[in-house]
Amino acid sequence: MNPTNYLYISALLFTIGAIGVVVRRNAIVVFMCIELMLNAANLSFVTFARINGNLDGQVVAFFTMVVAACEVVVGLAIIVTIYRSRRSASVDDASLLKR
Amino acid sequence: MLVNNGLVYLIALPLFGAALLLLSGRRADRWGHLLATALSGMSFILGAVQFYQMLGRSPENRAVSQKLFSWISVGSFNIDAGLLVDQLSICFVLLITGVGTLIHIYSIAYMDHDKDRRRFFAYLNFFIAAMLLLVMGDSYLNLYVGWEGVGLASYLLIGFWNHKPAYATASKKAFIANRVGDMGLSFAIMIAFATMGTVSFSGVKEAAEGTSQGALTAIGIMLLLAATGKSAQFPLQAWLGDAMAGPTPVSALIHAATMVTAGVYLITRSNFIFDAAPTAQLLVVIVGAITLLFGAIIGTAKDDIKKALAASTMSQIGYMVLATGLGPVGYAFAIMHLLTHGFFKAGMFLGAGSVMHGTGDEVNMRKFGGIRHFMPITFATFGLGYLAILGVPPFAGFYSKDKIIETAFYAGGIKGILIGSVALFGAALTAFYMSRVMILTFAGTPRYDINHPPHESSFLMLLPMGILAIGSVASGFLLARGEALVHWLEPLFEAHEGHGKEILPPVVISLMALAVVIIGAAIAWFKYGRGTVADTAPTDVSIFTRIARRDLLQDDFNESVFMRPGQALTRLLVKTDDVVVDGTVRGVAAAALASGSSLRSTQTGFVRSYAALIVIGAVVLIAAIWAVTL
Repeated sequence: MNPTNYLYISALLFTIGAIGVVVRRNAIVVFMCIELMLNAANLSFVTFARINGNLDGQVVAFFTMVVAACEVVVGLAIIVTIYRSRRSASVDDASLLKR
Repeated sequence: MLVNNGLVYLIALPLFGAALLLLSGRRADRWGHLLATALSGMSFILGAVQFYQMLGRSPENRAVSQKLFSWISVGSFNIDAGLLVDQLSICFVLLITGVGTLIHIYSIAYMDHDKDRRRFFAYLNFFIAAMLLLVMGDSYLNLYVGWEGVGLASYLLIGFWNHKPAYATASKKAFIANRVGDMGLSFAIMIAFATMGTVSFSGVKEAAEGTSQGALTAIGIMLLLAATGKSAQFPLQAWLGDAMAGPTPVSALIHAATMVTAGVYLITRSNFIFDAAPTAQLLVVIVGAITLLFGAIIGTAKDDIKKALAASTMSQIGYMVLATGLGPVGYAFAIMHLLTHGFFKAGMFLGAGSVMHGTGDEVNMRKFGGIRHFMPITFATFGLGYLAILGVPPFAGFYSKDKIIETAFYAGGIKGILIGSVALFGAALTAFYMSRVMILTFAGTPRYDINHPPHESSFLMLLPMGILAIGSVASGFLLARGEALVHWLEPLFEAHEGHGKEILPPVVISLMALAVVIIGAAIAWFKYGRGTVADTAPTDVSIFTRIARRDLLQDDFNESVFMRPGQALTRLLVKTDDVVVDGTVRGVAAAALASGSSLRSTQTGFVRSYAALIVIGAVVLIAAIWAVTL
């Protein structure tokens, strides 16, 4: 199969993720959308590794997974803490920094 | 030249007194004035000892000097702080410490009721020290230190009663007018250093021969400017009348006998420059001639006894400056008139102070009248000073002023006749206004409050007046006998061959001077001596009287030519600073503020809007890169 198709899927997934981050209010969903974007990027890396015939892209994909795992840990902890203090997981409610 | 390491004590004693009195505060209130007087007296004794030792030496070995310390030492530029007492300095030293001590004694009684008497004596001592430094410095730079010191003392003492705004303004006016003159002195020092490489009197004297005419003339004119400031000569004369705001002993010591004569000292000390720069010398004569008439005319219109005497001081110093402008033949006569004037004018000022003291600080002569019955001793001492300033023989002024008039006539050609006539006319005016002062104050019918008749002053005030009156009588004769002062000062000046051309025999000039004096006094008697004098100044007077009462418009002139344009200039500069300099700074700040507050609205605090902006930004960036690479 033509590897370019994987890039199309990757772009599609990234777009869905980006739209999700912008339009959804629930922090968990926003978080999931961010994960979707990361994985879309991973798919692109692996595809480029395949196209170019070397392993560079695959190595970077591993790094991305490690960073994403760390991010999940920290991000979920923040979301849970905010939920505990404000009884809400809506990102629009957490807009106090502007003041 | 002989070295004497004791000279410094002449200055150090009064300086120590000033410092002690100012620093010890109220503790010194009870004995401060006595200490100050004693220190001034000790300074006088040291000066007298110095004078006695000088008398015992041959004329060329009389000067003594002392090196205090190396003041400035930069490469080839070396200036020592050094003192020099020669025949000229010692005249001033004796006058300053002698009259100064008498006025200290007088002030003990005069300032008795003032709670700040200690401060007053501290300033007086400081003045004595600064003035001694002025006349004892051995270079222009050392002189300059004393010159500024007396300016400061004058400022502090004119504004001694500075709780009255008018007095504070008067002291400021004196200070500012003096600054203009001081600028002249500093320029003179700079030019001397630039062209000759030295600023000591002996160095400049040696270098003057090999220096260009232009440089010497420039130095001379700058020195003259300095002299006009300090000595209240035209065109910087306006401050002296207002300086009478100070306590009367100050007017007597600083603004009559000593400080205002510093300009005459400066010109006499710089004789080697003026002798080599005829243009500057001519200007000196012109300044002296203008001022002697200027002061005399103001004196005729003043009702304030101290201001009339101040105008007279201005006029008499005009005579001295005129004499110094006549070259080697005139210096000694200028100094002689300076010394006799120191006696009779200080005496008259103290007399005026005594009258003020006796009448409750009244200065308007139209409120006096017939005071001789109540204050006979004041009347007698003032009267002797009056006869001396008129130049009636054999009083002091006769010997000194007649010599100046005579020398002026002998200056040669039209110039001689012109300045001789001016000096003669000035003598007539002097006789008129001094007679007016005498008649209004001591003669005629009483115009004061009958219920509070004047009373004679205390012994401490009368003693100095008496001694100065003796000086007014005898000093002229003693100094002129056998041309004592002329021979005493001779080693300092270039030799000159006798008088100029004698267009009239001296006795004729003396008779002419006496005649105009009698005419002047007679006019005063006809105008004020007969009948009654109004106790307020008449208002329906001619335009000339009105101008003379306004000090010949000196203040109006200064105000319209210097003050108003100066203020306009400063306003313009302030405005420029406000609009251009501050405007730039404020504009930058305002721009930063405005851009900040307009960008603030993008910071909504909503995570989703930030995310949307990041996405849009990334898309735009990618599109831009794409567009460029395609």
